[in-house]
Amino acid sequence: MPETSRLRMAGRVPALCALTAALVVLLALPLYVSAFWLNMGLFAMAAAVGAIGLTILLGAAGQLSLGHAFFVAVGTYGYAFLAGESGGGVSGLGLPPLLAAVLAVLLAGVCGLLFSPVSSRLRGIYLGIASLGLVFLGHHLLQNMKPVTGGFEGRTVVPLSIGGFSFSDQADVTVLGVPFGAAESQWYLFLVVTGGAALLGRNVLRGRPGRALRLMRDSEIGASAMGVDIRRTKAAVFVLSSMYAGAAGVLTALAFQRTVPDYFSLHLSINYLLMVILGGLGSVGGAIAGAVFVVTLPLLFSRYADSLPFVTGAGGQGLDGSTAAQFVYGAVVIVTVIVQPGGLAALAGAVRPLRSRRPAEASTP
Amino acid sequence: MTRGVEILLSGLSLGLLYALIALGFVIVFKATRTVNFAHASFVLFGVWVVAQTSPHIGFAAAVALGLVAAGTLGLAVERLLLSRVDGRKHDALAILTIGVNVVLTAELSWRIGERVLPLGAPWDGHVVHFGSVVLPLSVIITIITVPLLIAGLAACLRHTGWGLAMRASIEDREGAALAGVRLKRVSAGAWVTAGVLAVAAGIGLASFPSPGVAVSTGTAAIKALPAAIIGGLDSLGGAIVGGLVIGIAEVTVAEYQASLSFLGRGLGDVVAYVIMICILLWRPSGLFGAKEVSRA
Repeated sequence: MPETSRLRMAGRVPALCALTAALVVLLALPLYVSAFWLNMGLFAMAAAVGAIGLTILLGAAGQLSLGHAFFVAVGTYGYAFLAGESGGGVSGLGLPPLLAAVLAVLLAGVCGLLFSPVSSRLRGIYLGIASLGLVFLGHHLLQNMKPVTGGFEGRTVVPLSIGGFSFSDQADVTVLGVPFGAAESQWYLFLVVTGGAALLGRNVLRGRPGRALRLMRDSEIGASAMGVDIRRTKAAVFVLSSMYAGAAGVLTALAFQRTVPDYFSLHLSINYLLMVILGGLGSVGGAIAGAVFVVTLPLLFSRYADSLPFVTGAGGQGLDGSTAAQFVYGAVVIVTVIVQPGGLAALAGAVRPLRSRRPAEASTP
Repeated sequence: MTRGVEILLSGLSLGLLYALIALGFVIVFKATRTVNFAHASFVLFGVWVVAQTSPHIGFAAAVALGLVAAGTLGLAVERLLLSRVDGRKHDALAILTIGVNVVLTAELSWRIGERVLPLGAPWDGHVVHFGSVVLPLSVIITIITVPLLIAGLAACLRHTGWGLAMRASIEDREGAALAGVRLKRVSAGAWVTAGVLAVAAGIGLASFPSPGVAVSTGTAAIKALPAAIIGGLDSLGGAIVGGLVIGIAEVTVAEYQASLSFLGRGLGDVVAYVIMICILLWRPSGLFGAKEVSRA
């Protein structure tokens, strides 16, 4: 075995150990912690899937999207409509939930494809502003397409069920003395989906498509000289990112068990953007870390409001949890861009003494 | 007919305000190639200063203070934050302004809360009659003042040293720098101008018939982004055209809401974005934008 590859193997052992340990902890968690923490994890994993899609789009391809919330909404309402039953002022197709979930992701992809005349011709920040329009248009549609979306009030979401097993509180399962309700069973479902999304994202970024995307980001002329069809590639990466957003939407629907239009505002798009920037552009691990940070921070602030300075609960004199979190996000983004443009991923790379990964895979645009 | 004239003039006034905000975007973009996402919070910050101070020091002084405050804010953001990042990384700079916007909006939303702060303008509540046409006084003032402001800006760009430096650096950054143009001063000037234009527009947006300064004033300012995009991000004339198109369309659609009810309620608020998407499908770099908006 050559010296370098042995070194690389040796460098990988601690990383593999850490990964295994993390996996064991994640798998055992539902047996020990309460539903509050599990639900927080569900929201974080749902966001992580969407953030991976955005980090491929923004980090690798250099295409900014502020319309991510729109595609998340398509996934959420697509699932709610396709799987839901008619009644209570809303209609639904009553499809099997798993089929509905897959179709909802595809629907988000189709919406991304319909936007391709714009997404394939604009680059970078221009696409960002153009896609901003989708969020406002989407919000308008959600408010007004009452039979599908339930209007301002929103609609409830049918829990997912696979082969007769329902991921809800109805399932009467007990594991090691712990009753498995919606939070516990969905935890494993979400882990599988997030893991799959991360693996797919990693392979896209490391493989041939990722190289094409990065080359296109750095030089469109260079990329087309190497045989990359620029417009096609731009449209394709936008569709892929929309489908990731759609999957995030389905997970969000399942985690909340109810959807309301106001959630899918520009605010959500910006939150997704913050996740990938904090995590480090073009890094799958960074996107997940960023998603966990952005989703959990306001919830933690609200929960520990009493013991934190400046932060109070609703109606208090100080800041409420989500406003306090906004200050932190904004400040962290500013500091990140100025000090460490690679985000959390680059930070992790900098403190790791033996770098086992290939260097500088994710650089900023 | 009478109603038609009223709608047209109200739309014109709203459109001119959007044009002012869009000009702020465009001028910063032309000078620094950065899209300033914090612009909406500049608008909100400026009018918040005006609304806070006008009961104590009078409206005119409050406006002056608001203009100075927003200009200073623009300068501070440029000097303290943006100048620390490599000026060629346009996307990183835009993301930085998003961060600035998040912080400023959080701060102002928290301070304003659910309240609506009256602006205290002397023209609030006054209407003007021209025969059978009835218009708020603020509409007339806007239609007269904003073109003067725009003409003043155009004159500055054409006849002052700063304007010459600005135009030269837009044409060719490196060449201008070699010829002795101080690029720092040019971009600082652009940011100050953007801040000042933002407040001027914000005062119009928060004037009668709108009730006053609320968090939604900042949201209204975001609608100027489509205005800038429709015209083309690097075209000053385009920003004015885009603003007018959006202002008139918004007022018209809101007026005929009843007959457009099949498209849903609140259509006036989204018509700007619909127009933007339609125009981008047709011309990706806007109506008057340079074909290749960014070079590799």
